[in-house]
Amino acid sequence: MGLRDWLSERLRYEAAGSFLEKKTVPVHRYAVTYYTGGITLFFFLVQVLTGLLLLMYYRPTSDAAFESVRLIISRVRFGWLVRNIHVWSANAMVGAAVLHLAATFFGRAYRKPRELTWVSGVLLLGVTLAFAFTGYLLPWNTLAYFATKVGTEIAGDVPLIGRALMVLLRGGEDITEATLSRFFGIHVAILPALATVLLGLHLLLVQIHGMSRPISVRVTGEERFFPEFMLRDFIVWVVLLGGLAVVATLWPWPLGEKADPLAPAPAGLRPEWYFLFMYQTLRLLPGRIAGLEGEVVGVTLFALAGLGLLLVPFLDRWAQRERSHPLVSALGAAAFAFALLMTALALIRPM
Amino acid sequence: MDEAGARPQRIRRRRFLDYSFGAALAALAGTVLYPVINYLIPPKTKEITHQAVVAAKGGELPPNSGKIFAFEGKPAIVLRTPEGEVRAFTAVCTHLACTVQYRPDLQHIWCACHDGHYDLHGQVLSGPPPRPLVEYKVTVKGDDVIVTRA
Amino acid sequence: MRPRALLCILLVTAAGVGGWAGTALPPGSPVQAAPAADSCSNCHQNLTGKLAAPAEGMSEDVHGRAELRCAGCHGGDPARSGMDAHDRAAGFTGVPERRRIPQQCARCHGDPGFMRRFNPSLPTDQFARYLTSEHGKRLVAGDSNVAVCTSCHGVHPVRAVSDSRSPVFSTNVPATCARCHADAALMKPYGIPSTQFAEYRESVHGRALLRRGNRQAPACNDCHGNHGAVPPGVESVANVCAQCHRATRDLFVRSPHKKAFDVLGLAECTACHGTHNIAFPTDVMLGQDQASVCLQCHASGTAGLRAAVEMRGALEAVKAAMAQAEVVLKRAAAAGMDVGDARLDLDEATSQLIRARAVTHAASPLEVQRVTAAGLTAARRARGVGEAALAEVVFRRRGLGLSVAVIAFVAVLLWLKLQELKRTST
Repeated sequence: MGLRDWLSERLRYEAAGSFLEKKTVPVHRYAVTYYTGGITLFFFLVQVLTGLLLLMYYRPTSDAAFESVRLIISRVRFGWLVRNIHVWSANAMVGAAVLHLAATFFGRAYRKPRELTWVSGVLLLGVTLAFAFTGYLLPWNTLAYFATKVGTEIAGDVPLIGRALMVLLRGGEDITEATLSRFFGIHVAILPALATVLLGLHLLLVQIHGMSRPISVRVTGEERFFPEFMLRDFIVWVVLLGGLAVVATLWPWPLGEKADPLAPAPAGLRPEWYFLFMYQTLRLLPGRIAGLEGEVVGVTLFALAGLGLLLVPFLDRWAQRERSHPLVSALGAAAFAFALLMTALALIRPM
Repeated sequence: MDEAGARPQRIRRRRFLDYSFGAALAALAGTVLYPVINYLIPPKTKEITHQAVVAAKGGELPPNSGKIFAFEGKPAIVLRTPEGEVRAFTAVCTHLACTVQYRPDLQHIWCACHDGHYDLHGQVLSGPPPRPLVEYKVTVKGDDVIVTRA
Repeated sequence: MRPRALLCILLVTAAGVGGWAGTALPPGSPVQAAPAADSCSNCHQNLTGKLAAPAEGMSEDVHGRAELRCAGCHGGDPARSGMDAHDRAAGFTGVPERRRIPQQCARCHGDPGFMRRFNPSLPTDQFARYLTSEHGKRLVAGDSNVAVCTSCHGVHPVRAVSDSRSPVFSTNVPATCARCHADAALMKPYGIPSTQFAEYRESVHGRALLRRGNRQAPACNDCHGNHGAVPPGVESVANVCAQCHRATRDLFVRSPHKKAFDVLGLAECTACHGTHNIAFPTDVMLGQDQASVCLQCHASGTAGLRAAVEMRGALEAVKAAMAQAEVVLKRAAAAGMDVGDARLDLDEATSQLIRARAVTHAASPLEVQRVTAAGLTAARRARGVGEAALAEVVFRRRGLGLSVAVIAFVAVLLWLKLQELKRTST
């Protein structure tokens, strides 16, 4: 065992081992929500790996982007698999992150001392959505092109700085190759760096504070994090891996047509499902509200809602006193119901 | 079952479980790594960039000859004039989209379908074609005849 | 005529444009250099109603640029002002007599030496050819209803033929001819139909020229001639068509049909394709369907019709093979496969099919089959691409099955391990 000793002296992994040995996970009727974070992490790791692979062939110029993705899915061996997994896993990651948010919110897991865990988590959700938004444009197909056009226009409705923000996002007045370069840079450099820092902090905080026990839920026992909980986590991961392989193979994500900036916007244009509720809300708002432009009001409200979400641990005074107030749950449920309703409306009513 | 009989069996079972566990993990690693390693092998393609393609090798194109090649998913023609100049055009006839060819005997481009004739600049000489053939840019680099959009 | 010519020369010299004044003008040439002040346009452009008409559009007249002014055609003296300029003694003619228009134009346009100064590439035989045309012959015979120069080229302004607004610009020719030839009342005394334009407009040539602006497509004059307008007769129709459809004509000439048509006195191309109403040819014209043109001469059961059926069969075989390939490719595309490469092969098959359709004019099943064989090969290649893609789909699903099996195995083992742990810890 010379090698093990050598390594142990330098890496001191017994510390980690003893930490893991002591770490436990509470057992109760909602314990299943503890998996949502791990699931999100799994999809994130899949994104990192497949994203690195896609980088081998992807070319971020308006002339070559579409062709290079086509090359990946038609010529590169298993390129179709890598690309389809990347797309599907991206969608799944957004879904998992939202589930994780809901579980954390309704379990009041953000209460003292986990406020910063929550803040880093909400920021990570923002990073995830930014990943999704920037990544969507990269294949440079018609749908992506026009969805990005609409999406960045919404950014232009932010009060005061809107126009500057839009130009900054687009790298100019219009969606051009400059936008593609910019989005590519954001997608593969800036966001990964941000995500690494935030995720590191998030996971570190989770280790420091351990799993939160929900208020007023009877904890029936404890189980060791290692190996029991981790094994179950792995089972979930392995099953998800299989699921990704199945959907990626059986339901390949269409590449569509190459973007033509001069062509008219196609009918039935809409953003990806996770932005639909915002899109639909802005569409339903009247043109003018109290003398202000309707969209500006909408975007401002969404920005305030985002800020509110970020500050939930500091706003929920009851949770700070270990009380689970029904008003908070009702507000959360209303927000989710609103998002669901808007999404459903957008899906039912064609544009 | 008594204590003495059960224990070795359980141990044996656990050992079997561990072995199969190792084998399964190896198989899992295989199913993940096989596509990944294959993915890294560069695909064979004639394209240099998205809009440049090696249309012919110098040796294939003696003076007064032409060759059909695929360019952006459509047939294109590269030819060497009797004077030795290399030019490339779309090979899609502007009449009914047949593929044109080089006629060494006539020393110009010809469409077999309805006898359309084009000169060595792609201009219509005679026959039903309504428009000239679009010319591409040709670069001769070493032994490669590279065609790009003009 | 002499005094007028003299006057012209005098005027020219007076205007100080001596550049070409010294060279010989055609006898009776009405051409005058533009005086510093042209009283015709000076007055008429300020007049209203009927009296404004003479000056209208004259700034765009092609002759104006070549220094031919009002007096060139209408006579009179533009150096004088007011009604004084309309001096019959100075050659003022008013509105030129229709009957005399061709001659009048030909005074310049029939003189190569003179025309060389303005437009050396312009032919000067228009008048001579006009006299050989139906229009010209009838005009000489005293019928002043027929077309003269201005009927087609317009007047006030006369524009260059290359000007897209000219009535004789190729895309405008059909409508120009139709002004008279689509008028049933006008055509009645001559016993000729007035439906040509309506037919032509819907024909393959009419659509190409008028809707798609393909100026290679023939307008009336491309078959009937310009100034020497005559209907092509039985013996010359094929020559007219062959101006563009050379290959088809060559094939026809060496076919057994050539001799038969000659014997029967049939016009070659038009016997099957029609004249003004030539439609885009379809495959049903060949064979024994109701729409088949072969049935005009060949009875069913005869060797000729059998050959037609055989040729049609060869075409249909390529189409069927292409349709099959499309089905396979569509399935492959629906399964998310990229089968863009098959497009090239399908294009090739289409090419061969089009070529085979042309070759049917040789009326030889063997020749047609030689071409369709190449088409069949290309279509099969395309289908092969689709089948390979579908095989790849199966391969992917098998691979998926295998990996799902492995993953399920790992999951089950993990679960067993968990159970094992539970058992030992309790």
